[in-house]
Amino acid sequence: MSGQHGQDAKFFQRGKIEEFRTELQAAEAKDKKFLKRKIVLKKIVANITMGNDMSPLFTDVVQCLGTPLLEIKKMVYLFLVSYGRSKPDQIHLVIPSFLQDCNDRNPLIRALAIRTMSYIPIPVVTESLSDQLRHCLKDRDPYVRKTAAICVVKVYTAEPRRAEKNGFVELLRDLMLDPNATVVSNAVAALSEIGDRHDGVIFKLNLTIANKLLTALGESSEWGQIYILDCLLRYVPEQHEDAEQMAERVIIQLQHANSAVVLTAIKVLLYLMNYMGDRQTIDYICKKMGPPSVTLLSSGPEVQYVALRNILLIIQRRPAVLKNDVKVFFCKYNDPIYVKLAKLEIMYRLAREENAKEVLAELYEYATEVDIDFVRKAVRSIGRLAIKVEPAADSCIKTLLGLIETKVSYVVPEAIIVIKDIFRRYPGKYEGIIPTLCEHLDALEEPEAKAAMIWIVGQFADKIDNADELLDDLLYTFKEDPVEVQLALLTAAVKLFVYKSQSDATKELVHKVLKWATEEVDNPDLRDRGFMYWRLLAINPAIAGEIVLAEKPAITTDSDRMDRGALDQLLLHTGTLGSIYHKNPETFIRNAAGKALIDSPALNAHSRAVRIPLSRNVTEPTTVTVAGPGPPETHTQKPSPPPIPVDIDTSKPPPPIPTESSPSSESKDLLEMDETTSPDIDDDDAVPSMANDPYSNIDGAFGNYMADEPQPMAAGKGSRRDLDDLLF
Amino acid sequence: MISAFFIFNQKGEVLISRLYRTDFKRSIADVFRIQVVSNSDVRSPIITLGSTSFFHVRVNNLYVVAVTKNNANAALVFEFCYRFISIAKSYFGKVDEESVKNNFVLIYELIDEINDFGYPQNSEIDTLKTYITTESIVSSAIAVEESSKITSQATGTTSWRRADVKYKKNEAFVDVVETVNLSMSAKGTVLRADVDGHIQMRAYLSGTPECKFGLNDKLVIDKGGGGGGGGGGGDAVELDDCRFHQCVRLNEFDSTRTISFIPPDGEFELMKYRSTSNVKLPLRIIPTVTEVGTTQVTYIVTVKANFNNKLSATSVVLRIPTPLNTTTVDCKVPNGKAKYVPAENVVVWKIPRLQGGQEITFGATADLTSTTHRQVWARPPIDVDFQVLMFTASGLIVRFLKVFEKSSYHSIKWVRYLTKASGTYQIRF
Repeated sequence: MSGQHGQDAKFFQRGKIEEFRTELQAAEAKDKKFLKRKIVLKKIVANITMGNDMSPLFTDVVQCLGTPLLEIKKMVYLFLVSYGRSKPDQIHLVIPSFLQDCNDRNPLIRALAIRTMSYIPIPVVTESLSDQLRHCLKDRDPYVRKTAAICVVKVYTAEPRRAEKNGFVELLRDLMLDPNATVVSNAVAALSEIGDRHDGVIFKLNLTIANKLLTALGESSEWGQIYILDCLLRYVPEQHEDAEQMAERVIIQLQHANSAVVLTAIKVLLYLMNYMGDRQTIDYICKKMGPPSVTLLSSGPEVQYVALRNILLIIQRRPAVLKNDVKVFFCKYNDPIYVKLAKLEIMYRLAREENAKEVLAELYEYATEVDIDFVRKAVRSIGRLAIKVEPAADSCIKTLLGLIETKVSYVVPEAIIVIKDIFRRYPGKYEGIIPTLCEHLDALEEPEAKAAMIWIVGQFADKIDNADELLDDLLYTFKEDPVEVQLALLTAAVKLFVYKSQSDATKELVHKVLKWATEEVDNPDLRDRGFMYWRLLAINPAIAGEIVLAEKPAITTDSDRMDRGALDQLLLHTGTLGSIYHKNPETFIRNAAGKALIDSPALNAHSRAVRIPLSRNVTEPTTVTVAGPGPPETHTQKPSPPPIPVDIDTSKPPPPIPTESSPSSESKDLLEMDETTSPDIDDDDAVPSMANDPYSNIDGAFGNYMADEPQPMAAGKGSRRDLDDLLF
Repeated sequence: MISAFFIFNQKGEVLISRLYRTDFKRSIADVFRIQVVSNSDVRSPIITLGSTSFFHVRVNNLYVVAVTKNNANAALVFEFCYRFISIAKSYFGKVDEESVKNNFVLIYELIDEINDFGYPQNSEIDTLKTYITTESIVSSAIAVEESSKITSQATGTTSWRRADVKYKKNEAFVDVVETVNLSMSAKGTVLRADVDGHIQMRAYLSGTPECKFGLNDKLVIDKGGGGGGGGGGGDAVELDDCRFHQCVRLNEFDSTRTISFIPPDGEFELMKYRSTSNVKLPLRIIPTVTEVGTTQVTYIVTVKANFNNKLSATSVVLRIPTPLNTTTVDCKVPNGKAKYVPAENVVVWKIPRLQGGQEITFGATADLTSTTHRQVWARPPIDVDFQVLMFTASGLIVRFLKVFEKSSYHSIKWVRYLTKASGTYQIRF
């Protein structure tokens, strides 16, 4: 057994090629128990680790393969994995030794040989590997077979056509029926990766195979369970019962200690629910998923983070999963910031009249912490809570005023921004606090906050006695202000004039602003809006009043969740990077395979109606910002996610229409679908009706506040080559 | 899947570098060093640049890093990093820069074995130790039979256990360890109190023992005993959720809620559970903190041990926050030691032992420097760490552990209980 501690740290020193060569040569003469060679090889491996190029030692190192020590063999193999690719003209030196190992009586040695060979993806090696691999895929030892299964993907990645020509994919498919569960799960992992390639074979499951895999599930290692669960999404249920029966067998995996098994099982269940008919079964499954999702929060912080980002999606689609659990999402003082921010969003989503008091008390607590992003988001959440839960609005306002009193430089602007929305949500209710807000005019530096305050002054100019003075003060910096603020000032000035057209001061003020906006500013939006107001006021001031003070669409949060179809699609990526960024992987990862719900007679009608079919679009962020016609409102709307990709770059031909999304793909299917007819489906998978709401955009709850939203850092928008190519 | 695996030290030097795929060169490590190691404000364990994502877990000033270029299963990647850390711990005791450097060749061997082309493979420590060792093995000398045994174990249905385990004395130790999470408001109301428990087992049992494990689980007891071992009475606990080691048969748990398994040899975590109902809080903290003008803060903090007076809490540490502009703190404690730690803005009060039912009070006055712009003091919560032996906050008890083996040997079982808090027991004031 082990237990003795290594003493290898001393080898971590930069060395010279020549020295190592001499040492290796010296070792050939007199090397009892191969100790000397072992030491030199350790030094070499340490130098590879440190990034020193050791490849000139190729011929010297491969000489060591003659020694019978396994430890030495493994180090030489590591060397070959690092440099073999760059030595196509010398690699033939080691092939005989590899081939000998491939036929060793010891299964561990056979597996090691093919595993290492397949890590050197150059034609010479792959060529001689092919025959061996074919044998190993049928080896009597399961360890060799499970290793061979992964070798197939390696070969496929390097030379897809060679792999196909050799019939490896068919052999892999046979391994799915192997008696050994570890072999089955590796074969599944390999086939899944090949199936996700754009040039790969299509990998789908029929009911028989899916059931076979489920049988192997219980016997697989935890990782194998993940591979098997993951590929169950390739099975499309044709009948409700099929989906329900499968879910029953997957549900027990929710009790597994490995969080990745749990999250992947959740993904499968969420997927299968789209194909179920029985409301009760769906409710039962949702109820079952709740506690395990919460338990994920007792894992390490990294897994907690993954879980939280996923829970945020899940509760939007299946609110029944975590209805009464808001408390478990309360932040601990020493949670890492990424965990706190993710929890905050979930707290907001789970807030309801019954728990609003507790949630508000927590949010207030957070608003006094030190991390600026967290504090700001907490303040925003208080405001959003006021809008979402009417009975809590009074206490939210009180809390916000309390926070404004602290005069903390980053708290006040946040509070003002949300209060603006609260005014709109509850007209005529809270205007009494305006004087308090006005005391903090000078504290507002940030454009968004300043614009919000200006909006308030303009909108309620009839209730603020000295509105003209306030506005005049704010106008001091007009010409230097950002457009967002300038637009707000312009509109506010016009509103003021509409309210108080008798006052000379007001007349003068509005005239001044209109003149600036139309004559001294370069921004076309501002100029256009200036002209429009000017003409309106000139032609018919009464109508101008009706227009600028028109009734605004009500603000609600009934529906501040993602579009249902987009959610369905995104949840197919539960547990993956896509679910963390809340983006479909094909939109930010090059060559990533997109997913879509596949239509079948069992698919519930609503899911079908909102289904977003797969368009095999190559990695292009679909964000297109066109500085639009018409004045933008004070905040910029993000493009909403049902990604109808608008590709302005027309230099590229549109992607070919995929044949994959149709369930009746012919020819290359690995496994034919079962022909089953299905009963009627009635959709009772209803969602609460959604009010049309200007705020119900994408990652809704926090409107345009995306500062802390986890994002993949894309390279410059214009360049198609993202960082990938720059980096290495 | 995982394309590359690295270990970095705190300076960003590479200690281990393994590329599983050819889509990266080693220089990808530099990107991580720039983006994460040298970045003082890392706000996520995952960083995605273009199509490349870096996942990192920190352990003792090391960064364990996995890099991917696809839409990787993030939970799997982190679980793999965690697993690597626990394997390393089991192999060489601790995971830090020194031990990684001292065992780097072994680590390369391990990560070649537990991950193939980015796909995690068998990572059961017990099995790994049968063929990845630090001993010099002559490759031709490994008996083929021995190897076949290893391979069938590594791929088999009980991949976590060797068949030929023998002990003179058959023993099993069960440790029930509970961590209490508490968040209490300044008014003394419990905002959140729950228990994260895990059951750690050390099994030194010969052969292939079949174990059955029974708790005072409310669902089992309500059903009527569930396998014998005495009636539960009214002290059953309600578990919100349980998660089990790979060895536990989940289908049996699902249908009858019995916990049955063939244990790995030696130490492993049998199950984790969560409980939120009727949590017994072992320590009650009553703080009174008063700001006297702008120059002083006075503290009176009382700790009450709320459990049977035969038991005692040990290693009790209270961390009581002080304002940032504190100059000195004058503390009076009847028991233990209290010390102001300016670097962390807290007074640390250490109480070596606290008997059940005991109540002690801490008094202190903090003097503050006058600052020109006085910012409001955020008042972070008081944090309490402690351990109480033979006590479970959830009320969970082990009712039985039965061991069946074909040689029907006699086995001895031991059970211990421990309730603790570390960084999770927080009282606002």
